[in-house]
Amino acid sequence: MAKGDPGVTSRGRRAAPRSKRAAVAGEPELVQLLTPEGERIESALGPDGTEYRVDFTDEEYRGLYRDLVLVRKLDAEATALQRQGELGLWASLLGQEAAQVGSGRALRAQDMAFPTYREHGVLYCRGIDPIMPLGLFRGVDQGGWDPNEFKFNMYTIVIGAQTLHATGYAMGVAMDGKTGSDDGEAVIAYFGDGATSQGDVNEAFVWASVFNTPLVFFCQNNQYAISEPLERQTRVPLYQRAGGFGFPGVRVDGNDVLASYAVTRHALDNARHGQGPSLIEAYTYRMGAHTTSDDPTRYRIASEVEAWQAKDPIARMKAFLTRQQLADESFFAEVDEQARAESVHLRERVLAMPNPEPVTMFDHVYPNGSPELDEQRAQFTKYLESFEGSAH
Amino acid sequence: MSRIKEFNLPDLGEGLTEGEILAWLVKVGDVIELNQPIVEVETAKAAVEIPAKWAGQVQAIFHPEGATVEVGTPIIAIDTDPGAGPIEESTTGAPAAGLPTPSAASLAAVEIAPEEGMVEPGLIGGVAPGGRTAVLVGYGPRNAPAKRRPRKGAIPAQAGPAPAASAPAPVAQTPAPVAPAPAAPAAPAVNGTGRSGGPVLAKPPVRKLAKDLGIDLTALTGSGPLGSITREDVQRAASAPAAAEPLAAAAPAAASFGADREQRIPVKGVRKLTAENMSRSAFTAPHVTEFLTVDVTRAMKALDRLRERREWREVRISPLLLVAKAVLLAVKRHPMVNSTWAGDEIVVKDYVNLGIAAATERGLIVPNVKDAGRLSLRELADALTELVQTAKAGRTSPADMSGGTLTITNVGVFGVDTGTPILPPGESAILAFGAVRELPWVHKGKVKPRLVTTLGLSFDHRIIDGELGSKFLRDIGDFLADPEAALLAWT
Repeated sequence: MAKGDPGVTSRGRRAAPRSKRAAVAGEPELVQLLTPEGERIESALGPDGTEYRVDFTDEEYRGLYRDLVLVRKLDAEATALQRQGELGLWASLLGQEAAQVGSGRALRAQDMAFPTYREHGVLYCRGIDPIMPLGLFRGVDQGGWDPNEFKFNMYTIVIGAQTLHATGYAMGVAMDGKTGSDDGEAVIAYFGDGATSQGDVNEAFVWASVFNTPLVFFCQNNQYAISEPLERQTRVPLYQRAGGFGFPGVRVDGNDVLASYAVTRHALDNARHGQGPSLIEAYTYRMGAHTTSDDPTRYRIASEVEAWQAKDPIARMKAFLTRQQLADESFFAEVDEQARAESVHLRERVLAMPNPEPVTMFDHVYPNGSPELDEQRAQFTKYLESFEGSAH
Repeated sequence: MSRIKEFNLPDLGEGLTEGEILAWLVKVGDVIELNQPIVEVETAKAAVEIPAKWAGQVQAIFHPEGATVEVGTPIIAIDTDPGAGPIEESTTGAPAAGLPTPSAASLAAVEIAPEEGMVEPGLIGGVAPGGRTAVLVGYGPRNAPAKRRPRKGAIPAQAGPAPAASAPAPVAQTPAPVAPAPAAPAAPAVNGTGRSGGPVLAKPPVRKLAKDLGIDLTALTGSGPLGSITREDVQRAASAPAAAEPLAAAAPAAASFGADREQRIPVKGVRKLTAENMSRSAFTAPHVTEFLTVDVTRAMKALDRLRERREWREVRISPLLLVAKAVLLAVKRHPMVNSTWAGDEIVVKDYVNLGIAAATERGLIVPNVKDAGRLSLRELADALTELVQTAKAGRTSPADMSGGTLTITNVGVFGVDTGTPILPPGESAILAFGAVRELPWVHKGKVKPRLVTTLGLSFDHRIIDGELGSKFLRDIGDFLADPEAALLAWT
């Protein structure tokens, strides 16, 4: 899906009052282009005076809505499959669709993304078959997509580790001379609020900064590191940490797909032009459990969840489309039907996933194999064959 | 392919072995959609709703609310094609096999495993559609429904295999109370079965050994983790081949059979711990209980004066605080009460980890304030407040609950006068603090309304004689009757 350019400028304070008004009372100002009520804000200023705006076609607005709904529905299906014993585990993205779709759609084809284990929405935007992560969580493969083909790294379970991988990758991009033009490459690293307390992430900040890497740190602050609330994670708004490392930080309404897109696109373009890293804090909320093994009712109260429900990313987009008469009931019904059909299809394919043969564990150790490994494989194959005819 | 599908309780959270049915959201006969929430299950990690795996009509519900179910056990049967008319008897294979009338619950099992001990590789019970290889994540092999045998003649069939078309088989959702199952604790913790539809669990060297010895792994019952077959299992089978067969045939079937058909709520969690502690204590430590009724009017007034002080304004002050202080001071005067009977010796402790029995949603727990004797009154008040709030929030850690040396149970909050508390294991005294009531009381020669409470002290008579116990209780009472004077006299 091609998106219009955000038309970012770095001047003018005209939009500031509107943006301020939209900011949540008592919370640091965040960049917002679509209010929870679905009211469109023309432009918003970041903390450094950058003016953010988007200029989408009607079709593109509808496309974003479709992405959000599909991503949520597929995620819900995966959660159901786990509850039915078909997946070992699932980390739901419920509530974080806008941050993921907005940033995911802001990526250009040449940009590389490093996800955590929750970026199913970004994965979808990268054009990867949504079945892929389900194989991982079903335990029948390692994820299955080619990170180079889709420019989307494998899911990383270790908290924050991927920020270092991304930093190294981005240093490589810079060393290859692939930055400095409109066609330059940029890298984006996803992580959560809990990861900001990890040494890895802080090291990545240091290296990305001093080597001026083309890297965007995209932190989805969903307010909880499993059960640990944000106030146990930081005393300052997370985006302000960037200042201490020497690069800009901005907080965006992570439930606003338009603002998430605009802010990410701007940061990526800065990176690809050789202007160094930046940190985006997408302020959002994990509406579901940390993973299917978690019970959020044990550490957070219902009223908090309700308050965030009112800021739902899909509801506001729907309200906007309706208000602007960009879509009607038949469109929404069609999107719902598509989501339903795709989730049923996803379910069927998950249930049909074959269990891997034991010998396949040798397949991807080295790209071209090795004599020693080949020998091990042969031995193992022979060993397995010795059971032919007996029960397993 | 079976039209009736049984849904096994999956491992809902990375390595869990069981779950408790909290609430059924559907009932037998309900027509349900795919992914419609059907049941709420609580595991050690979370309470979750399980969505229906198939659309159809609920055929049977195998476990009542409150039951604890092992992962891999069928919990519900769904007729995936209720419009197709009654279930044909001939398809069950039951009469042909000469088995007793099966319940609907076992229909699928009979279809899949018509022959005892027969293995059908690639299928796990009746749940997997098509011929695909389907092992449920984590626990597939061990609890596949194929191991479930049709019920033996002990129970009359509650529903025939061929229900009328108008009411497609609303069968046996209430498990009948039948003869006791094999004693649960005595049975192997995880009862593996070699005759499930899934693969047999065994390490490669064990498989090799079995192959070399000519032992059929599928005929064995594993004693290893997750029901896996160990080297010893194989060797045992090799040395007593005749005995192994019937043993393997009877044990798992009977065990799972009982679990499915009896309304038995396993004792576990807090309840289990409480029961074990209470029985152990009640039947090992000879208790006696003494009572003392005290006029605590002065003490209550002292508390009021304390509340008025500026530095105490933010502090939560309850009568329990004074009782705790009284106990701690009395322990200093009678250290023997703060001790443990250790068989051939008595361990007297210089520190008091003061336990407070707390009723929580999850049952009785007794967290304790560590080294409470060293705390100032203010610190004690804070510690008690935190302890109670933590307990109420359900966040009490095991460390908070272990190492108690002496306990107070505040039964007064439930509006009763006193009780004869049972000692927490390892402790020698426990004080019951009853409700504080305004009662007619002789005060300075006249009957006056006074605030009165009753204390009940249970103690371990092996350590504490009547004299010591009485003095200890008397001191607590003296402090509560006149805290100021007691403080002046004792400290």
